Amino acid sequence: MDIGFLGQYLINGLVQGVTYSLVAVGFTLFFGVLDVIKFSHGDVLMLGAFTGLTIYLGLDPLSLPPSITLCIILIASILSMGFVGALLCKFLVLPLKSAPPLNTLLITLMFGTVIRESVRLFFPNGSNPKPFPELLPTNAINLGNLNLRVDSVLIILFAVVAIVLTHFIINKTRTGLAIRAVAQDEETARLMGIDFKKTVLITFALGSGLAALSGVSTGLYYQEINFGMGLMLGVIGFSAAVLGGLGSVYGAIVGGLIFAALQTIGAIWFSVPAYKDVFAFAVVIMLMAWRPTGLLADRTSERV
Amino acid sequence: MSIMKRSFAAFVGLLSLLTIAACSDTSNTVKIAFIGPLTGGTSAGGLGGRNSAELAIRMRNAQASTTHQYELVALDDECKPNVGVQVATKAAADNTVIGGVTHYCSAVAMGTVDIYHKFGLPVVVWGAVLPDITYGNDYPEIHRVNGTMINQNEVAASFMVSKGFSTWAVIHDTTDYGKGHNTYFSKSLIENGGSILGTFGVNADQQDFTAELTKIKALNPDVIYFGGLVPTGVRIRAQMSKLGMTQVFQGTSGIVSDAFIEGTGDLAEGVVAFREGAPTEKLPGGKMFLENYQAANFNEPPEAYGAFSFAATNLIIDAIEKVGPDRLAVMQELNNTRDHDSIVGAVTFDEHGQNTIALITKYVIQDGAWTVWEDSDYASGQRVLD
Repeated sequence: MDIGFLGQYLINGLVQGVTYSLVAVGFTLFFGVLDVIKFSHGDVLMLGAFTGLTIYLGLDPLSLPPSITLCIILIASILSMGFVGALLCKFLVLPLKSAPPLNTLLITLMFGTVIRESVRLFFPNGSNPKPFPELLPTNAINLGNLNLRVDSVLIILFAVVAIVLTHFIINKTRTGLAIRAVAQDEETARLMGIDFKKTVLITFALGSGLAALSGVSTGLYYQEINFGMGLMLGVIGFSAAVLGGLGSVYGAIVGGLIFAALQTIGAIWFSVPAYKDVFAFAVVIMLMAWRPTGLLADRTSERV
Repeated sequence: MSIMKRSFAAFVGLLSLLTIAACSDTSNTVKIAFIGPLTGGTSAGGLGGRNSAELAIRMRNAQASTTHQYELVALDDECKPNVGVQVATKAAADNTVIGGVTHYCSAVAMGTVDIYHKFGLPVVVWGAVLPDITYGNDYPEIHRVNGTMINQNEVAASFMVSKGFSTWAVIHDTTDYGKGHNTYFSKSLIENGGSILGTFGVNADQQDFTAELTKIKALNPDVIYFGGLVPTGVRIRAQMSKLGMTQVFQGTSGIVSDAFIEGTGDLAEGVVAFREGAPTEKLPGGKMFLENYQAANFNEPPEAYGAFSFAATNLIIDAIEKVGPDRLAVMQELNNTRDHDSIVGAVTFDEHGQNTIALITKYVIQDGAWTVWEDSDYASGQRVLD
């Protein structure tokens, strides 16, 4: 195959892959600290994208330069989704801590439906797809058959920066130390004087902020958002996290990239590209049968 | 005590009067169901159709010669077969509903025709173009005022080949609608001497098409043919530009909507598509329809199929006026429709209930508007499709 087309597939796949990775990192963080699966994650992502759009519409009359508008949108939607994530944890997840994990799974699944239907019903014309503003430069560099757009590169860059930052927070700060301690052994961490509740809330805020970022960058890339966008992204993000090994941040990143690669291969391989999701999920099932705890399972995390 | 009794008697009397009034009111009101997508990505077409049906009913109710009062029951099928089946059952199971003006989306219509047949509800399809809706069954309840995608794709293929294009890549959604377009277009194109380099079936709600489009970029066709509806079409056209693709984008009647231009912005220029019938203002009764539509102050434009919805509603009302509000009689009356005057031209149903008009109009988007090909700068040579 021509090297230019190969590069094009790579860029397409990478943009999707980093988006999945951001979602998967959230799943893995929540599972790490509390051993829970928060199924409203995809809908928080969608809410983040809609928050971004709402802020854009509010800022529109001021006619600020796109870069400043973009920064405001990103920061505001990350912060507000971080807040939503922490609230969700405080009022829905933590009270059910000693209940069977199935209850947490169900309650977050239902909360996700509430978010989704609320946006559909209460956002003006919420059931229609919404055009998302084009805030990134659209200049393109042509390298043979590879059409490299600045916006694609920037979106990959945003995600990489966010992942590096998350890595830094978890591994190099005191908060990160607390998160890791809670993930390893909750009771010992409490004995060592770590504020358990605060640590868990921070983790949920962090994961939900990452979801907001991937929501906004999905909007920026496709120039369109809709109330159902979180459904598939949530399922794919969860599969990617499980594939990489729930509880492992690296695993989530690798899982997200693998999933995007499988989809791209599926689309190239089959004459009916609609089969690409069937193909990707089927391969994930086979990989899970081979490595039930995930490809890069965190050795210290407890399996259930 | 006596006051209590008297007031009770008065109350009962009032109640029975109200009941009689209510009954006599309903006996004169005939319900007609409208079903189309009122929410979701294709809702623009559905809302235009709903308003047009509503307009037909209001205009008829205002006429002194009308024997019955009509009421429109508008139901939302969301362009989803599963939802469509639910609302179709709701309409068909309601005995007070005498006829239906049904469906913009072919996939939904395919799922609901059995229900109308089972409940004996006569319906007139106002927008869905898949041939099988009328030709795939022998149900006497099903009629259609608009043409089918067979004629549309014959014209599309011969026209594009005559413009000097020779190679195509076909993208279609995997619903009945998209698959039908793929079948009929591919058949006509090969008959006309064009060749298809690749065919790609995609999910209608898919978000990312970059992998499929990169594959097409490698095939390097002259034209990308898309068989599907607005939301998917908008995504594909937008993502083509992400990959630096400059091929001509050729759509079907499913994208002839202002929503497509809104969604694609500047990228809409030079997109071509084909549709049955003629632009509303060029239809026999188009001017009258548009004037009345304007006067009724609806929030949404009538869109491409509004006139067909208006004509379908009037057909049903005409039948009810003639034979009375009885489903069976209305169905037989509809089946006998020959050269019936309507705003979309004379309507004649064949033995499958299909209107036999075959007028197709060619469109190109010029300066942010769907323009009839013959009136465009592209036809006069001032602009070229590249």
